[in-house]
Amino acid sequence: MARITLDNLAHSYAPNPTSAADFALKELNYDWEDGGAYALLGSSGCGKSTLLNIISGLLMPSQGRILFDGRDVTHAPTAERNIAQVFQFPVVYDTMSVHDNLAFPLRNRGRDEAYVAQRVQDIARMIGMEDMLHKKARGLSADAKQKISLGRGMVRKDVNALLFDEPLTVIDPHMKWELRTQLKKLHHDFGHTMIYVTHDQTEALTFADKVVVMYDGRVVQIGTPEDLFERPAHTFVGYFIGSPGMNVIPARVEGATAHIHGCALDLGAGYGTPSGKVEIGVRPEFLRLSAGEGLPVTVRRVEDAGRHKIIRAALFGQDINIIASEDDPVRADMNRVTFDPARINVYADDWRLAPLSGVAGGAA
Amino acid sequence: MQQKTTNQKAWFLVLPVLILVAFSAVIPLMTVVNYSVQDTFGNNQFFWAGLEWFEDMLGDERMWNALQRQLLFSGIILAIEVPLGIFVALNMPKSGVWSSFCLVVMSLPLLIPWNVVGTIWQIFGRVDIGLLGATLAALGIDYNYTQDTVSAWVTIIVMDVWHWTSLVALLAFAGLKSIPDAYYQAARIDQANRWAVFRYIELPKMAGVLMIAILLRFMDSFMIYTEPFVVTGGGPGNATTLLSIDLVKMALGQFDLGPAAAFSLMYFLVILLISWVFYTVMVNLDKKGL
Repeated sequence: MARITLDNLAHSYAPNPTSAADFALKELNYDWEDGGAYALLGSSGCGKSTLLNIISGLLMPSQGRILFDGRDVTHAPTAERNIAQVFQFPVVYDTMSVHDNLAFPLRNRGRDEAYVAQRVQDIARMIGMEDMLHKKARGLSADAKQKISLGRGMVRKDVNALLFDEPLTVIDPHMKWELRTQLKKLHHDFGHTMIYVTHDQTEALTFADKVVVMYDGRVVQIGTPEDLFERPAHTFVGYFIGSPGMNVIPARVEGATAHIHGCALDLGAGYGTPSGKVEIGVRPEFLRLSAGEGLPVTVRRVEDAGRHKIIRAALFGQDINIIASEDDPVRADMNRVTFDPARINVYADDWRLAPLSGVAGGAA
Repeated sequence: MQQKTTNQKAWFLVLPVLILVAFSAVIPLMTVVNYSVQDTFGNNQFFWAGLEWFEDMLGDERMWNALQRQLLFSGIILAIEVPLGIFVALNMPKSGVWSSFCLVVMSLPLLIPWNVVGTIWQIFGRVDIGLLGATLAALGIDYNYTQDTVSAWVTIIVMDVWHWTSLVALLAFAGLKSIPDAYYQAARIDQANRWAVFRYIELPKMAGVLMIAILLRFMDSFMIYTEPFVVTGGGPGNATTLLSIDLVKMALGQFDLGPAAAFSLMYFLVILLISWVFYTVMVNLDKKGL
């Protein structure tokens, strides 16, 4: 187990990167705390797998350093870093039995057979494959194979970190919950540093203590699930997290008031006069449809999601989403929307502005 | 249940295939069978001979010697070409211009007609004007494929290796290319050494194509005729007279149609039998996971 420090780290797949656009991973400084459970969240191609492969040593970064507990391992080979990694598609050694598959990382490190047998038993119990230990790995189902991969990742007790690269993509939904719960339990029991790459927000938010959101090769926000929900640092975070995502509405902001197409809106805190592309972001959960007050909207469609309703509406021609509880009425005369001032975030050029007089909403 | 319609006219649809197979395989084979059970003294007169030719051939040391040479030849070239092909495939660049370049260079020998391959090596190995032969002679090595048995064998084996190792290498390369990167990455994480990577990742993934490669090379080498015939003509003496060379000598040189027909039928059955045994064993091994 180790604290992992990224120091000025950046990576480009091009041999001679010139502009920022050449970098698959833009400059990054961060400390992954020892024993933390992190999720790396972002859409496909945002650089999350690149970052993971740099940490595990499968990829050499173009610049910067990686330190494990303060020791520079930037140029150390994978084996020396003592890392476990589980890949998106199950990797099993086809010709070996399940038992030999699980034992492989230990045997390669020359552990004695008694210890190996003990560990394999423990891990097999954890992944629920005790009765399959003597089967050949080939011919097992995809999720059984992925469980073996997970097991192989966890079989070594002394790993510095456990890395997961979208490990549950090929797993059936009901198994996903089970495995994710087991991973959490494992983290709780053994306190490994875990980094979990995913593009599934539910997976990220339920697994991790801290979620690292990446967008276009850049880490845009690192925070608890609550931070990401309440105070998205970047419009991408707002849009990517939540279902549906945050409403981002272009506005002109003066002090504590936003002007949207001539209508004034109280922001609950002062923001000065930001320049650039100014937008306000508010989550659908904090909008309410009303009959008399607020900004004029046209309701287009109401979707019943069971516990709540999603109202698809247009505000000055722009699509917005409103979430109402299942008991809230939606009537024909409700053609206005009200905002919860404490829940409005202000963005300039996609980045969140901290309120000048930090009253409501709190400073990030 | 829906009643199936019966239409006997449908049999006519298989007629073209029947005719094609009849003329391309069944009738020629049956002609051979026909010769093998008869004797002729020319003038197109045939007499029933029963299994006499088969008994003759089975008792004939000449055929057994040719079979031994043949098995030795196939055994040696398989033992060289398969490991060498795998070795070449493992060391070929996996992508980029050099990979394409290697593929083209590797396939060149495969595109050369058998006869030409034979001629190339026949000249290449000549002691007076051949690059290889003259060089060896200049180095003081006693090499002469027309007079020395070992030289003749070395020449036809090296020629076959030169001609066909590419096939094994290309097939093995195709097998290697189909292995996803994640396997190699996982092996690095698991701290597997080079041998373990080969044994547990590369070899199992190549097993299917290697089986095809071995089967193809076995059958081809067991039936080989043109190349050694052009180089050595089966000599010196009968030292490189492989089965098919012997067969042609018997059928066309001596015009012993009956014995030659019996010989070729047994030859055919031997190839069929060995290929079948080989295939069955390999498939069973494959099921058990090597």
